[in-house]
Formats: sequence, C-alpha cells, structure tokens
Amino acid sequence: MKKYQLGEFEEVVMLTVGILYNDAYGVSVKKEIEQRLSRKVSVGALQSALKRLEDKGYLKSHEGEATQERAGRPKRYFVITALGKRALEYTKTTRENLWKAIPEIALNPRFTG
Amino acid sequence: MRKPPAIFMRFFRWFCRPELKNYIEGDLVELYNERLFEKGKRSADVRFAFDVLLLFRPSIIKSFRGIQPVNNPAMIKSYFTIGWRNLLRNKGYSIINIGGLAIGMAIAILIGLWVYDEVSYDKNFKNYTRIAQVFQNQTFDGKIETWGSQAMQLGAELRSNYSNYFDHVIISTFPGSHKLTFNTKTINMTGSFAEPGIAEMLTLNMVQGTRTGLKDVNGAMLSRSAARALFGDEDAVNKIIRVDHEFDVTVTGIYEDFPENCSFAAYDVLLSWQIIGPAMEQRVGWGNSWFQCLVQIRENVSLSVASQGIKDAKLRRVLQVDDDARFKPELFLHPMSRWRLYSEFENGVYSGGGQIQYVRMLFLIGIFVLFLACINFMNLSTARSEQRAKEVGIRKSIGSLRVQLISQFFFESLLVALLAFIFSVIIVQGALPWFNEITGKNIAILWHSSWFWLGCVGFAIGTGLISGTYPALFLSSFQPVKVLKGTFKVGRNASLPRKVLVIVQFTVSVTLIVSTVIILKQIQFAQSRPIGYSISGIVAVPIRDAVVMKHYDVLRDELLKTGVVEEVAASESAITSTFTTNSGFTWYGKDPNRTEEFVTTGVTHEFGKTIGWKIKAGRDFSRDIASDSSGFIINESAAKYLGMKEPLGETVKWGDNGEWKIIGIVEDMVTQSPYNSVKPMLFFLESNRIAWVQFNQVNMKLRADANAGEALNKITPVFKKYDAENAVEYMFADQEFGKKFDDEKRIGDLAMVSTVLAIFISCLGLFGLASFVASQRTKEIGIRKILGASVPQLWKLLSKDFVMLVVVSCIVSVPFSLYFMTDWLLQYEYRITISWQIYAVAWVGAIAVTLLTISFQSLKTAFGNPVRALRSE
Repeated sequence: MKKYQLGEFEEVVMLTVGILYNDAYGVSVKKEIEQRLSRKVSVGALQSALKRLEDKGYLKSHEGEATQERAGRPKRYFVITALGKRALEYTKTTRENLWKAIPEIALNPRFTG
Repeated sequence: MRKPPAIFMRFFRWFCRPELKNYIEGDLVELYNERLFEKGKRSADVRFAFDVLLLFRPSIIKSFRGIQPVNNPAMIKSYFTIGWRNLLRNKGYSIINIGGLAIGMAIAILIGLWVYDEVSYDKNFKNYTRIAQVFQNQTFDGKIETWGSQAMQLGAELRSNYSNYFDHVIISTFPGSHKLTFNTKTINMTGSFAEPGIAEMLTLNMVQGTRTGLKDVNGAMLSRSAARALFGDEDAVNKIIRVDHEFDVTVTGIYEDFPENCSFAAYDVLLSWQIIGPAMEQRVGWGNSWFQCLVQIRENVSLSVASQGIKDAKLRRVLQVDDDARFKPELFLHPMSRWRLYSEFENGVYSGGGQIQYVRMLFLIGIFVLFLACINFMNLSTARSEQRAKEVGIRKSIGSLRVQLISQFFFESLLVALLAFIFSVIIVQGALPWFNEITGKNIAILWHSSWFWLGCVGFAIGTGLISGTYPALFLSSFQPVKVLKGTFKVGRNASLPRKVLVIVQFTVSVTLIVSTVIILKQIQFAQSRPIGYSISGIVAVPIRDAVVMKHYDVLRDELLKTGVVEEVAASESAITSTFTTNSGFTWYGKDPNRTEEFVTTGVTHEFGKTIGWKIKAGRDFSRDIASDSSGFIINESAAKYLGMKEPLGETVKWGDNGEWKIIGIVEDMVTQSPYNSVKPMLFFLESNRIAWVQFNQVNMKLRADANAGEALNKITPVFKKYDAENAVEYMFADQEFGKKFDDEKRIGDLAMVSTVLAIFISCLGLFGLASFVASQRTKEIGIRKILGASVPQLWKLLSKDFVMLVVVSCIVSVPFSLYFMTDWLLQYEYRITISWQIYAVAWVGAIAVTLLTISFQSLKTAFGNPVRALRSE
C-alpha cells in the first residue's frame, strides 16, 4: 500500500528538519545531515527533496530574514506539517513491525550441525 | 566580499524556478562565503560550480509555462492556408520551386540509398567485426606489392602455430565458375572449394542440412537458388552431382542465398576442400599464392594484435623450405569492414583510395545538388520580397511579432519542402530501375523501414529549414512604416546575397561540367590508346579439358579448313588479361639485388600472326626453326627492363628452366589495365622445357568477311569433337577489352547525370530570377523602347548582369576543379593533362546555356509592346 510515500533520503531530510525545529533552512539542513550521518549532500539533491516534500504536503515553508553573508537573499524555513508527522510515524511503525517480524535465528544464527 | 563565478550564477538564475530562485541563491551564496573563508577562493569556486550543475535537475528547472506560446492551432492553420494560396497564385514560381527542390531531393535520396547500400556492405554477417582476410606485402624490385592471395600451406600454419588468435582459419580457392551436372542437366554456378569452417564463419542460414556439410570429403553445399536451378522442386540433399565433369560430390546442405550487398553474394556453391586439397599439396608450395585465406579472430583478441602477431608467419616458413624469403613477405589482416570500401593498397599500406572515394564523391555531389535546389528557393523567395512587403507591413501593424512572421515564412517553406518530398519519392521510384542499371546494384526504396521514413521526413524538414531561414529572416525584417508609405524599395545591396548565391550555384555547376569533360576525355584517351595489336575479330575459346591440347595441330587444321578462321594459336592466358607473372630470371649485367618480375605467356607459333603484333626487331617464332623452343620474344618494356644495349640474340637464364635466347622484340601491347604502363613481357613456345605451363586458350582470328554468328556455328563442332563434354564458350577480345573501361564509364555516367541535373536546377533558378527581373523592369523597358532602344540593346541590357555572374563563377570554379581532377587523374599512369581547351569548352557551354535560359525572358520583354507596358496601372 502506498499510503505515505517517503524515500530514504526524504525521510532523513524530514527528520533533520524536525531536529532543527525553527531553524531548518537549506544550509542548516545540509550541514546537519552531513554532520550526523557523515555523508555528502549536494545542494541540488537537498533542494529537490525539499521541493518534493513540500509538494507532497509533508513540509511547509515561510520566508525568513535576509543576511549579509547571503547577499541579501532571504532564507526559507521549513517545518513539518501534521501530514508530515503522520507520514514519519507511519514509516517508523512499519519499520518496527518489520523488525519484530524477523525471527531470532535470522539475526543470531547458531550453527547446529 | 568576493563573488561566486558569474557564469555559473547566470546559468543558475536562467534555469531555476522563479519561486525557488531567491532562497536557493541565498543558500548557495552562504555556502560559498563559508567555503571561501575555510578553503580559499579556488576550492569555493569549484564547489559552487558543482553545486550549480547538480541543481540542474527537473524539479529545480523552471517549466516552460511561463512563456506564451506563439502559435495556436488556428494560427498554424492560417499559415498553411496563406502559404497554399501563395503557391496557387504564383503557379510559375511554385512549379520552379517545387520542381527544383523535388529533383534535388530525389538525387539526394538516390545517393543516400546508394551510400547506405555501400556502407552496409557485408554487415549481414554475424561475425562482421571479427572476420578478416590474410593479405601479404611482398617486395619486388624495391616496390611493395599487396596481395590478397596466399599459399595453401598458410592455413595449416596459422591453425597450428597461431591458434590463440583465431576461431577459424579457412583456405579456399578464389570464386570461380563451376559446372554442376545432375543427370543430363548442367548449370554454371560461381563458388569455391573451401575448408569446412567457412559455413560456421559466415553463419550460413541452412535451409536443409547442417553447417558441418563441408566436413564430408565429397561434400558440397548449394545456395537455395542454385539447388532450385539444378533440381527444381526435387529434394537436393544427398543427391550426387558432378562438378566440372571431374568430381562426383554429394549435396550435404542447402543454404539461404547471400544478400546482394555482400562480398559473398556470388557464392552459389561451396565445395569441400578435400576434393582438391590433398591432391595439390604435392605440387603447390609456399611460392604459389593462389588461394584466399579467411580468418575469424577470437572474441578477446583485437585485430591489430592478431595482425601484428602473424606478420612473419610466412617468412619464418619460407626461410626453411622455399626461396620466397627474398620477397620479404609480411602478412597482415584486412578486416571485413574494410573489404568493400578500403581495398586499395600502395606500397604496402592503404592508399586512401578504393570504393570509398566514390562514396565520398557521390555524397558530395548529392549534397551539392540539394544545396543548389535550396538556393533556388532562397533566391526566388527574396526576389519576390517586394510583392509581399505590404503583407508583412500590415501584419506587423496589426500586431504580429517578428517571431510570428518568421514562423509563418518557415511554414511556407516547409510546405514547399514537403510537397517537393512527395514528388521526389515518386521521381525516385521511377528512376530506380535506371539508376540500378548504371550503378550495377539492386536498390529499392526501404518502404518498410521506419528509419528510412524518419530520415526522409527529417531530411525534408531540414531542407525546408535550410532554404527557409534566409527568406524568413529577410522578409520579416521590413519596417512597416516604410513599407506601407509606398516608398519602400529594396536597395541595390539587397540583391547582393542573391548574386553570391547564383555564383555559388554556377561555380558548382561549372566545376561539375569540367570534371565530367575531364573524366570523359580520360576514358576516351585510354580507349584510343594504341594497344599494339588487333583485337577486332579475335575470338578465344577457353580450354576446359587438357586433352584438347594433345590434338592441337589437328584441331588447328580443322579450324582453318572451316574457311571462317584466318589464323589459330593457343596461349597460356587470354591476350586481354595476361596476369601470369614469373621471376627467377638472370642475365648478364643484371643487378644481383634486383628482384625481377616478368609477365610470362606461353604461346604457339602463330600467336603473333593471330593477334597481329608488330615486330620491332628480330623475328617472329617460326615452325621451321627448332631452336625457337628455347627462344623468347620480348616486348619493348622488357627490352628496356633488361638494360642491355642490344638485347636481340642475348640469353636469359630462367631458374631451372634453362637458358633462353631473345629472338625478337615486339611493340608494347596493352594487355592489362589500359591506364597503366605496359609491364615487361616474355613470350615463349610450348615445349618440354616448360611442360608445367598450361595452355588455357585457343585464340582465333576470324576472317574479316566472316559473319560472327555463322563463324561460331562452324567452329563449335570442331571443338565438340575433341571435348564433347564441355559446352564451347567464346570470349570476344574486343568485348573483354571493353570491360576494362566499365568502372570509369560508370563514373563518367554518374558525373554526366549529376552535371546535367545541377545545370538544370541552376538554370531553373536563373529562369525564375530572369523572369522576375524582367517583370520588374517592364516599365523601364517600355520607356527605353519608346526612346528608341533596339531589341538587341534591350536583350543585352537584361542579359548582361546574369552572364557576368556566370563568368565570375567560371573563374571561381577553376581552383576547385583543378584540385579535384588533378587528384583523380593521379591514380592513372596513362592519363591526359588538363588543358585550357577543356575549360574553354566548359565555359562556353555554361555561358551558352545561361544565355539560352535567360534570353527567353529577356527577349519576350524586349519584344513586348511598350504601350501595354506603360498603360498598366
């Protein structure tokens, strides 16, 4: 069932947006992911993921302040919507269910013979 | 503060969605500044560029919704309507335009099909990229010659010592005509004796039997058409047939005929190598390069590696067993992909010539002819621009954008191009049979190939765009105020591009005329070359059974008695193709380092009399002088080659065949290529000293008053008497000689046709322009006439401009034609020099045709009644 569609990277982005709470905009999200997951994130990948998530209604954005180091361009802050929260929860429960369904032996194989 | 690289910034701003632009740009700048601070400018710049490039993805790129579409369907429909009405209103122009374009496109399509056929040669074979023929370079007399033929021993050698390179190594005879007899029926089919791997290598499509059919000692495989010809509807497999009245073979398989555009197209029969191979092994050695050696390279081996690897394969062997090592044989692989187009060698390497030259030449011609047709379109459209200026003015004042006008004119040219395309397909269909005849191919329109149609439509649209661009830009540039006020005049400069285009057209045409004249002259020159003997009335009958020669004297007597034959002589090879060469000659004063080679031909006493050679010094062979059996008659080239002051009476030693005395010198005879210099030749008599020489031809000189058909009827029974089994075949020397010109004649034909068409198209355009100019100047002519101008004066006035253009073209064309044709002529040793007369002919022709074309219009105007010209309006 495709109830809430959320790709792996999208999920990471959403969670990061959640972590940063009122301070989630392009550069901060990028840095946070790079730092926490120690993986490279390109502006392009991030921005297109953010746009996709906003199109799906999982995130909403509002314009923030313009600073000097941004050459006067405004920031765009993201927050998780209610739908986004449900999507995250849904993803989490499905994962947990899957984890639970794995038999003990599959993860801790003992050699009997 | 430093700024990120401007070019990437601009690129980003250009493609990014407007609603995202500011935010992402802010992010980018923030990151940039941070990196600038941490890692320096260079690194920051590079990262910035990467970030921008990675942002170039669908979700970030702006959609095209922001741009207003210029055309909606109604507008497009209106363009077509207007275009169609314009075509109908100016029927004359439309016919010239569409007709010219259609002819140009038809030529382009025909040539395209031809080029496709050439390029796709052999591509039907599954192992196309891995099949190659083993070639050898040998050095004779300091010159490297490249042969495609090999000794039969090479097969075993490559198989056993170089097997890591090849999947298959196949020795086979060169394709020849073989007689296949079943019961009482005999047919002639082309084919080879070949080793069994060939079936697998060429991935034969078996109709019956398997590809192993040639492993059978007496196996034979027939093509489907050969099987049908011989057996009709009967089952052919396992039937025993007789080949060349000599070997009985069993049909072990039937394969689907090869497609026509492949190197094996003629192969209708494949015979087991075992039939002839073992018997030959005794007498045929490394010195006899009589066979072809085909290989299939292993999948993981590259061609160049294999080619390098076998380089010395022959040399190593001949060092031990033969004396061929002195020719320094070097083997190399000639891949199948190059067989058709790149098979001409010079000094051991690809010469740059071959069939590919013609492919390139025709391709060029096709493009040029099409281009000429496009030029017509451009010229006629811009010439008539004043007529449409008002339309453009009104459209612009109502609110048309320039873009809209441009697209309107594009639609009109597309309409013309598409109409022309439809006509061109009809023309192509009609011209194909004739085209196939002159090209010797069997090409058809690829009705079922979607690629063909896609290509053609793309090509039609391309033509429309090329020919429509200039008119569209030109016509749409008018300023509405000027045009509508009525003072609009296209200035003098406006006709300049038109003139340039006419010059281009006629430069191409004149170049083609000159080239055609040169090609035809070269052919004529070679045809009228004194050949040193007489070919008219000479008939050769190939000897199919060696028994005939045992009865030669009786046969000769009987032939003479028929009353239609003037003289008879047997010979080793036909006089029009003496390709047997020998070496191993030594003589007093010979440079010991010289690796000599002579064309050698065994003959009987009356050979000279039969073909009418001209004795320069010494005497002909004589039946009365027994010692003539060790005498040579040499040609002038050989006399020069020997380098003796007085060769007559000198002796030449011929390897193990003893000493030979030169008894006569004959004038050089053209027996090989009529374009090359004559090779040194030796003629000698049949005798025991050279018992291995095989006489293959009986040559007869027919009486001048004898009717050829009747004569053959009388001759046939005589041959039948000594060789009842074989049908008697005839070869007329003049026909055989004529075949030597076929290739060049074909090129001459093609050049002629393209020239005629190029001139026709160019003149069509000129005709249109002339009629336009004439109609524009009607009033001027009227006034001039009233003031007393005479018809010739007016004619001169109207024609002068055009003739000037053609004269300029004539001059411009000189370097082109000189360059191309000098290059073309270089391939012939016996060639004409390009003289000013050729140019004179071409120029006079071009100017005459121009005058004829435009005079019709200019005279019509000049003769017109001035009253009518001035009263109108």
